[in-house]
Amino acid sequence: MNDASHLRIRDLSISFGDQPVLKNVSLDVPDRKITVIVGPSGCGKTTLLKSLNRLLDSVDDVHIRGHIYVDDDDIYDPRVEVTRVRKKMGLLSQKPQVLPMSIFDNIAYGPRLHGVRDRKALAAIVERELKAAGLWDEVKDRLHGPAARLSVGQQQRLCLARGLAVEPEIILGDEPTSALDPQSSRIVEQRLMALKADYTVIVVTHILRQARRIADYIAFLYLGELVEHGPASAIFAAPRDPRTQAYFSGEIS
Amino acid sequence: MGFRRRKWEERIVRALMLVSTGLVLGSLLMILGTVIIKALPAINLDMITKTPQGGYYMGKAGGILNAILGSLYLASGATLLALLLSLPIVLSINTYSLRSKAWAVQVRFFLDVLWGVPSIVYGAFGFIVMTLLGLRASLLAGILTVALLELPIMARAMDEVIRLVPSALIDASASLGATRLETALRVVLRQSLPGILTAMLIAFGRGIGDAASVLFTAGFTDHIPTSLTQPAATLPLAIFFQLGTPFPEVRERAYASAAVLTLIILIVSLAARALSRKLRKHIIN
Amino acid sequence: MLGLFLKSGAVLSLQPLSRLLFSAAWKPLKGQFGLLAFLCGTMWVTLAAMILAVPVALLTAIYLSEFAPRFVRSLAKPFIDLLAGIPSVVFGVWGVLLIVPLVARIAPLFGAYSSGYSVLAGAVVLAIMILPTIILVSLEVFSAVSRDLRDASLALGATRWETVKHVVLRRGAQGLIAAVVLGFSRAFGETMAVLMVVGNVARVPKSLFDPAYPLPALIANNYGEMMSIPQTESALMFSALVLLLVVLAFNFAARLILTRIERRIQ
Repeated sequence: MNDASHLRIRDLSISFGDQPVLKNVSLDVPDRKITVIVGPSGCGKTTLLKSLNRLLDSVDDVHIRGHIYVDDDDIYDPRVEVTRVRKKMGLLSQKPQVLPMSIFDNIAYGPRLHGVRDRKALAAIVERELKAAGLWDEVKDRLHGPAARLSVGQQQRLCLARGLAVEPEIILGDEPTSALDPQSSRIVEQRLMALKADYTVIVVTHILRQARRIADYIAFLYLGELVEHGPASAIFAAPRDPRTQAYFSGEIS
Repeated sequence: MGFRRRKWEERIVRALMLVSTGLVLGSLLMILGTVIIKALPAINLDMITKTPQGGYYMGKAGGILNAILGSLYLASGATLLALLLSLPIVLSINTYSLRSKAWAVQVRFFLDVLWGVPSIVYGAFGFIVMTLLGLRASLLAGILTVALLELPIMARAMDEVIRLVPSALIDASASLGATRLETALRVVLRQSLPGILTAMLIAFGRGIGDAASVLFTAGFTDHIPTSLTQPAATLPLAIFFQLGTPFPEVRERAYASAAVLTLIILIVSLAARALSRKLRKHIIN
Repeated sequence: MLGLFLKSGAVLSLQPLSRLLFSAAWKPLKGQFGLLAFLCGTMWVTLAAMILAVPVALLTAIYLSEFAPRFVRSLAKPFIDLLAGIPSVVFGVWGVLLIVPLVARIAPLFGAYSSGYSVLAGAVVLAIMILPTIILVSLEVFSAVSRDLRDASLALGATRWETVKHVVLRRGAQGLIAAVVLGFSRAFGETMAVLMVVGNVARVPKSLFDPAYPLPALIANNYGEMMSIPQTESALMFSALVLLLVVLAFNFAARLILTRIERRIQ
């Protein structure tokens, strides 16, 4: 629509069993910007996010209609190799999910899967991504210690570094700071804003203030419908739909 | 790319997993099938309605009614006894609140550890108690031993159900002025009745099929026991003895007996399953 | 409480003989009360059963937990429960009918002669008997691993198997060990079925095709003599005590691990 977009969602409808969760969502996600999906809880935000990297595949009884195009390929085409799709996107979950291994191995996990074997290459990747996530200085002396010993804020940054290590184009964040203390939240937000120079970032959040801080582009989801979307400044200043206005003013949450 | 290798690795593992699962499910079918097929020639009405007449173990007339009834009596008695013993235990760890949480954890742990004790150990213990009390091999001794065997199984199953009773319900009853005992009996038990019945069925199924615990304690006889002090025949032992003879017709009867035992257990199992499904619908939550 | 009771019961009959038994146990006396042949027999059969059962059980549990469509999973559960409920005598009957002749037939292929009543037969029957135990506990362990963790691995581009291999199995390693230990203790104490197929010859078995005489079978078979020869009773009670202690020790360890895992989730 406006800027260049290589992630386009068309008429996406998802239901779990008989329960419809998303209805006819269409959206072009702008490149190299932070797009924030907001809306009250339970309205389909996380489902939308998870549909982007096909994590819904492992859920029982889910029905997906519509198309999601990444670089002009429909990722739900049955001929598409799922792991390749997922490699293009990095995921940050609400509660930091550190894999049961050392810090080094956590980050090297992705590259190793995709064929990088050389020790030096892996070490270089680990260093690079830990720096990008703002964690390098804190852990450089204990790279081979267990990742579980890190604080929650550090773990989330580790997950960020880990996601970056597979060289994605898109970063997905599912309420990435809601489990963190305010200071760690700030750090993660800053990291995301720095990363948008090179990646397309999509964040789901129910914290409006966070959206105001970091969003370049806003999409408001209410009861499974994409009510309104557009550049953040425009939408925040003058929301057109009455539901959006109600949400921003705090009437519905 | 290394990608094709990853794909192949996944395919091989999937194949192995399917084979394993097939083996597991198939072995059940194989066992049931074999026993039933071998049992067919020997199954007739006589088997289940008559007790062994003279020479039964050498191929002459009779049936295994002694063992069928003996097993039923024994397992029912044991299950009831186990119920009487485990109910207070389970109720006490569930209706007393946070104060004795540590004790509840200990008791549960203890029950879990006891859960896997081999039945022959219970048999040996039962034997010792028997000699100490001066009992002879009898229905009563068998009941005592099997009750001990069933206790951890029943207590654990009941615990799982009674745990589900929401504490709000218990609090509501207490605030209405009921004593702990009254709450326990009126509220908790009624709410978990189907679950308790299920637990009883599960324990019954275990108790009726066990041989090692009754080997020393219940004895064996060709007659149907008419009092607790008489020895009682049990199906597992009947099967065992019939199998050990050199006469093929008697061995066939062993298969038939095995089929009868399996059938009883299958019925009990299905009943327990049906009950637990009903239970899920009625839980207040 | 109850446990102490059990132990003291067996020990009572054992007192006068404890020294005698202990020393004899380590010498390969087939004679009086050397328990070596029986201990070896039990170990052989149990270990062989574990080698057969553990891979099959784990693979099945992984399949049911991570790969199977929902209807397969719900169909398999009752099957496995049923398998767990089959009494050991019936397993014994089946073993005598099918496995013993099978072993007798294949023994010559390995250059051995066997009546079929052997360690191998006992191991096969025992293996099938402990499958449900290992599977059910493993399934519980796997369900304790959060879905989000699996999603994190998948999101990095791992295949489902790779996720299982690197994440689920590693996370669940302790619990799986507990499952295996529980299976072992169940196998160790199993009496009836093994007794019927294993030959009951009091010699240390030298190969898979030799008969053996496991400890539980010893107790079961000789209870008749218990009455006539007083020392036999003590010996058997001692064996029962050994059995009890071993099983309790294993169960204790396994349950400890499993409780720790449960606590970690909460």
